[in-house]
Amino acid sequence: MIKPDTFKDILELAETENKKLYEISQKFEADSLEIAQEEIRDRVKNILDAMKEAIKQGLISAEKSSSGLSGDNCAKLVEKYKSGKSLFSKTYQKVLTYSLATIEQNARMGKIAACPTAGSCGIVPAVIIAMAESLNLDEEEQINALITAGLIGEIVSEKLALAGAVAGCQSECGVAAAMAAAGLVEMCEGTNEQILNAAALTLKNIMGLVCDPVAGLVEIPCVKRNAFLSIYAVTGAELALAGIKSVIPVDEIVDAMKQVGEMMSPKLKESSEAGLAVTPSGIQITEELAKKWQQD
Amino acid sequence: MKKVKTLFDVIGPVMIGPSSSHTAGAVRIGLLSGKIFGEIPQKVCFKLYNSFAKTGKGHGTDKGLLGGVLGMDVDDESIKKAFDIAKKLNVDYSFEYLESYDKHPNSVDILLEGKNVQKMEISAISKGAGEVVITKINGYSFNINGDYDTLVLIYKDKPGMIYKVTALIQSANLNIATMHCDRNAKGQEASMGICLDGVISNEILDKLKEIEEVYLIRNIEMLKK
Repeated sequence: MIKPDTFKDILELAETENKKLYEISQKFEADSLEIAQEEIRDRVKNILDAMKEAIKQGLISAEKSSSGLSGDNCAKLVEKYKSGKSLFSKTYQKVLTYSLATIEQNARMGKIAACPTAGSCGIVPAVIIAMAESLNLDEEEQINALITAGLIGEIVSEKLALAGAVAGCQSECGVAAAMAAAGLVEMCEGTNEQILNAAALTLKNIMGLVCDPVAGLVEIPCVKRNAFLSIYAVTGAELALAGIKSVIPVDEIVDAMKQVGEMMSPKLKESSEAGLAVTPSGIQITEELAKKWQQD
Repeated sequence: MKKVKTLFDVIGPVMIGPSSSHTAGAVRIGLLSGKIFGEIPQKVCFKLYNSFAKTGKGHGTDKGLLGGVLGMDVDDESIKKAFDIAKKLNVDYSFEYLESYDKHPNSVDILLEGKNVQKMEISAISKGAGEVVITKINGYSFNINGDYDTLVLIYKDKPGMIYKVTALIQSANLNIATMHCDRNAKGQEASMGICLDGVISNEILDKLKEIEEVYLIRNIEMLKK
């Protein structure tokens, strides 16, 4: 059987077979790679382990990136939480620190798992791992969540390239947030329909997000955006788990994102020719870095 | 050709940051180039173009390319120390930062010199999401992306060469996925890049090397996913 390439079709198939989305996905994956389903899960576990290691390393480092533009943000948050002062619950504190830990590991050339891209690598692991710790969920459930998240990214990518250079940040951090929201719903024993609604609600609210990195680096605004969107993804899951539905179906939202991505000026698609990259401060940073690197 | 998508295109790869195109892509270009060159070079110069040139230092594109040439894969934490490791290995490395409207935004030309292979020039591009293509070797066009085991040959352009090579591949019952040929001028030098649906044995490789007037032959193993 050919794997469905729309959310509508895969939901129908899962409902007919009375299976969860991750079960459908891991079966197709195993068939297409001609390996056992257990091996698919083992591979996902290896990626999950790499995500946990990135968080662990990121939490204890304050090393700046080679540009010096980031690297010490997670440490600030960790320090603040030692004082016990926070607007956030312990769970949210964890989500926020884990996302910064991961994305700053990325910025300082540490080892991370791209999810779906390197510039959006902090969102899915933060949500899945932090929430699993808070909810006391085991490894199998985290693997189920990651496979669910992966399925969302895969189907979105059938229509929308997951690259800031093609469709802006909506297709990187935006899709990462939808993946995280869907994975979280799976971990909370939500229905297949709720999983897709979590993705839909999350994508809808991130449509049109541009990719305008200062000096072309995966730092400003990417590092802090990962932190923001990890919390945002939890909102998507929370709404969907309450039975709140997206009026616009998720397949149509992806079509709309593609349309918006095509209408987006190339200057706002990773080329650093507009937006934050060309603010006076952005230009100053770009010029200073160019000078610094010329001397190196 | 539309690539079959898998879960692992979305979840993963495990890699050294910060950028799949400018870091992981650079490592993969270096890794393929090192395999094509066939030895640790004594001297290597990387000419980076356009976005690779402008943002390469901030993305560790330089370290990635060099680390790859030295055999490091995308998840190797020593990439960050590639300069130090190259110095220890007495590899004389350099970088040039250039701009060219004719080139892809993420392009690099790599000039290598070694003990056995005197000189080689390899051109490559990073297409995004870690996907790369080796587009030229010594001026001949190639299309090597690391998705398949790939045979690379440069040889004297004369009748029967393609037959001799493919007959040996056929004798091992190996299927050819794609094949890409080029030459500079009739009767001079020509090139073949052959992507295989399987692993070629050393025995067949030795027989291929015995074909007269094959100047260069490499078996480039597919990259780890």
